Amino acid sequence: MEFLTPESWDEALTAKALSPDALPLAGGTDVMVELNLTARRPPLLLDLTRIPELTTWSLTDDGRIRLGAGVTYRQVIEELNDELPGLAMAARTVGSPQIRNRGTVGGNLGAASPAGDCHPPLLAVGAEVEVASVVGSRLIPIDEFFTGVKRNALSPEELIAAVIVPTARGPQQFSKIGTRNAMVIAVCSFAIALDAHHQTVGTGIGSAAPTPIRAHGAERMLTHALKSLWQRRGPLPEDLVQQFALNVATAAKPIDDVRGTAAYRQHALTVMARRTLTWAWDEYWSTGEAAA
Amino acid sequence: MRITCTVNGQTHQADDVWEGESLLYLLRERLGLPGSKNACEQGECGSCTVFMDDETVCACLVAAGQAEGREIRTIEGLSEGDRLHPIQQAFVETGAVQCGFCTPGLLIQVADLLRNNANPTDLEIREALAGNLCRCTGYEQIIEAVRLAAARIHPTGEFAR
Ligand SMILES: Cc1cc2nc3c(=O)[nH]c(=O)nc-3n(C[C@H](O)[C@H](O)[C@H](O)COP(=O)(O)OP(=O)(O)OC[C@H]3O[C@@H](n4cnc5c(N)ncnc54)[C@H](O)[C@@H]3O)c2cc1C
Ligand code: FES
Ligand code: FES
Repeated sequence: MEFLTPESWDEALTAKALSPDALPLAGGTDVMVELNLTARRPPLLLDLTRIPELTTWSLTDDGRIRLGAGVTYRQVIEELNDELPGLAMAARTVGSPQIRNRGTVGGNLGAASPAGDCHPPLLAVGAEVEVASVVGSRLIPIDEFFTGVKRNALSPEELIAAVIVPTARGPQQFSKIGTRNAMVIAVCSFAIALDAHHQTVGTGIGSAAPTPIRAHGAERMLTHALKSLWQRRGPLPEDLVQQFALNVATAAKPIDDVRGTAAYRQHALTVMARRTLTWAWDEYWSTGEAAA
Repeated sequence: MRITCTVNGQTHQADDVWEGESLLYLLRERLGLPGSKNACEQGECGSCTVFMDDETVCACLVAAGQAEGREIRTIEGLSEGDRLHPIQQAFVETGAVQCGFCTPGLLIQVADLLRNNANPTDLEIREALAGNLCRCTGYEQIIEAVRLAAARIHPTGEFAR
């Protein structure tokens, strides 16, 4: 095995081009577990932690956040709570302080676990993943990024440079089911983002299908139903919330596994969808955003 | 490969380090610092917690190569000679140590908490220690120890000016 520590992005891309089977290493919270406990021995470990542009974020010209792949959960929580509240909420539920100090958003996308906590909030706001190789870079819409269980749309020569995330234009929520309040992989999870500006609703479901997914039907139904309600200051009709929750649950394709049964996940999704929509909507109208 | 890093203020060097090796292995097996414990090697237990460049990390999840040139602080660097650190003293007095396997990691994580929060609530203590497992004490004495240490280190409940 080799260990390579590029100090610049170009150097990292060149290394990946020369050794497409090199394993990128960011916070190591997935990679090191695998090295410690399994027989997997990649020919080359490509340490990305010394590339300055990966560990910072910036504002794009069109007002989105370009989050370097190596930005940690801790940074998201401490620095981006206002801009990316859904992602920050999800980040707060990840692992423990030690894991949040090291684990990165890019690593979560690289691992592409159906249970990854970044994925539902990124799906709910329509983020784009910026990937690059020596040939150039391209943007992958987040709905097209996850291609199977722990598989993503990266080609072997590519690395994740950043994820480009629209800043919040309304309340966002994230909810996750697990056996305790810390250190749990989601049994299932759900994110919602209200866009009061465009008057649309985004969703993301985790751990209830082979990949993280959006609940397209639920989004369409609610966006349509809300048309007449954005200007009104008041709670949502109960039957609309219920309809949304059922639509979210039917979008999922959960399985039975050690963490929970398919039926439990389906039920939990209706509960999370109902609660998160209610929290987000109540924040929307009670904070006076409805008048804006 | 060769790794050079600073541990508890001293420069250390190790040769023939395996590329897939963890910082925990480097510390324990090559640098003669077995204070950080190895219990799970998967980030779940926190018994290997050390400071790396001022942030607490699970040493089992940091590749040795990633520690190159970095500043590490382990449990061996907490006390001043034979004088226990106030957090260690509080752990002793409250019975927060039974088998002691979780203790080094907890002490580092508590040191980090009290550096940033002079007077943590019980909820804040629990959140800060969520990644440190103890199989013996049932945690109550540990939380008591943190309260005691906080009161001694920051008697006014605030950071000294
Ligand atoms: C104790 C523990 C608790 C955890 N709890 C949670 C949790 O609650 N929620 C959750 O979602 N996850 C959790 N995880 C999993 C893990 O922390 C996350 O997936 C994290 O985001 C991984 O980031 P990393 O930087 O550590 O990635 P690494 O382990 O360094 O890499 C992960 C994967 O991404 C690839 N990769 C990394 N960076 C890039 C890049 N720039 N380009 C291309 N590929 C790249 C790597 O090759 C690897 O395949 C937990 C892990 C542990 C050990
Ligand atoms: S040994 Fe590192 S967390 Fe358990
Ligand atoms: S004292 Fe034994 S594990 Fe904590």
